Amino acid sequence: MKPETNIVPLKSNGTIAMMIVLLILGAIWTVISRVNVSSSQQALPPPNPKAGFAAPDFTLDTLDGGQLTLSRLQGHPVVLNLWASWCLPCRYEMPIIEKVFQKYKDAGLIVIGLNLTSQDSVSDIRAFVEELGLTFPIVLDRNGAVSERYQLLGLPSTFFIDQKGIIRSVVVGGPMSEATLQSNVEGLLQEK
Amino acid sequence: MLPFLRIGPFLVQMPGLALLAGLWVATTLIEKEALHLKLNAPAILNALFYGLFGGLIGARLIYVAQHLSSYLTNPLDVFSLSISTLNLPGGLAMGAAIAFIWGRRQELPLRPPLDALAPGLAVVAIAVGVANLLSGDAYGLPSHLPWAIYLWGEYRHPIQIYEAVAALLVLIVWKRIPAESRSPGVGFLQLVALLIGARIFLEAFRADSTIWPGGFYAVQVVGLILLALLIYLAKQWEEPIEGAVLLKDSLQNKAQSKTERR
Repeated sequence: MKPETNIVPLKSNGTIAMMIVLLILGAIWTVISRVNVSSSQQALPPPNPKAGFAAPDFTLDTLDGGQLTLSRLQGHPVVLNLWASWCLPCRYEMPIIEKVFQKYKDAGLIVIGLNLTSQDSVSDIRAFVEELGLTFPIVLDRNGAVSERYQLLGLPSTFFIDQKGIIRSVVVGGPMSEATLQSNVEGLLQEK
Repeated sequence: MLPFLRIGPFLVQMPGLALLAGLWVATTLIEKEALHLKLNAPAILNALFYGLFGGLIGARLIYVAQHLSSYLTNPLDVFSLSISTLNLPGGLAMGAAIAFIWGRRQELPLRPPLDALAPGLAVVAIAVGVANLLSGDAYGLPSHLPWAIYLWGEYRHPIQIYEAVAALLVLIVWKRIPAESRSPGVGFLQLVALLIGARIFLEAFRADSTIWPGGFYAVQVVGLILLALLIYLAKQWEEPIEGAVLLKDSLQNKAQSKTERR
């Protein structure tokens, strides 16, 4: 006798039942685990050097003798670039940063060059700034405390901070391309 | 957390390395599974390769399209090696589409190769968990549990480890489901459903989730919609197919015929 194989009634091995159970349990869990929107909206993220968190605050001396406090710049998008004069990728990307600063400064963009002065010298910093014609403020991290707070992993590192003081993206390493920098800046400006 | 490892002048991105290692293990498993299912393993791996390569290019092109004005003035920056200028969801969709089109052109059937891809998908999910642990991304809610990890200024649920372990458990459970009695492609649906189920559960322990109106986690809602879609597909794919023979039934029939001949 020949076995019948023309039409095979495929047996469900419980796949659909398993999926339905997952769907029901998932729906129940989705409702149970809802968050209180009002409390989550009020809570500001704590300061951490990571996208989604508040940018760690600092007050540092500037190269031209003044002082700069990051939290006072709220209301403006900020590009915070950590650099040193001996760092080659920093040297390559600085003219691009200056160019983008010139392009968007009238739109409210603020650029801060945070120098690792604990591993640099003020005379080298001045020569670097003059050579490249940088016009944005340079702040001096003399004891390395701010770079430590920003958990600096490599030079250069760039933090894109929105008007509320929240870090939106971080680029570690370089040199950054102009398009990378510009697209991140435009992202910050669009949030206005 | 170990996002970068400095080797001389080079800064090695550890999460990227974990993902690459995961992809390597995944392709090995996919090849093994394809051979086990008696499928055209080289064609499946080629489809996967074209999908990955096309997905990478697609992820960059979609990012460029989103920031066209930046790239019109600097067109050569399209080739920049920066991973921060990729649109990953778009790249994933484009990669899947390219793999599908390439597979169809090579006359690969759709459903059986999906079954071969399933274990690889679970391995990639494990690698994503490990990569997130290394980068500190996808971090959990604050927790005082004994196994909480100190990350971003607080003790938190080690959600990245939960996700990697969940994907491993899904793979183990899926491997234990008898494969012989399921129709082609359903194994893939089973694994995806289990991964989605795990993600819906674990999402509630994440601190970086997108919250939709009403306090719902976006990932959970999307996960439920995908589960409903999988149920529909599983129903379609488990319909009786004329002329189809299940592996188990085929073996039983052969044994029966032998007995009758004797």
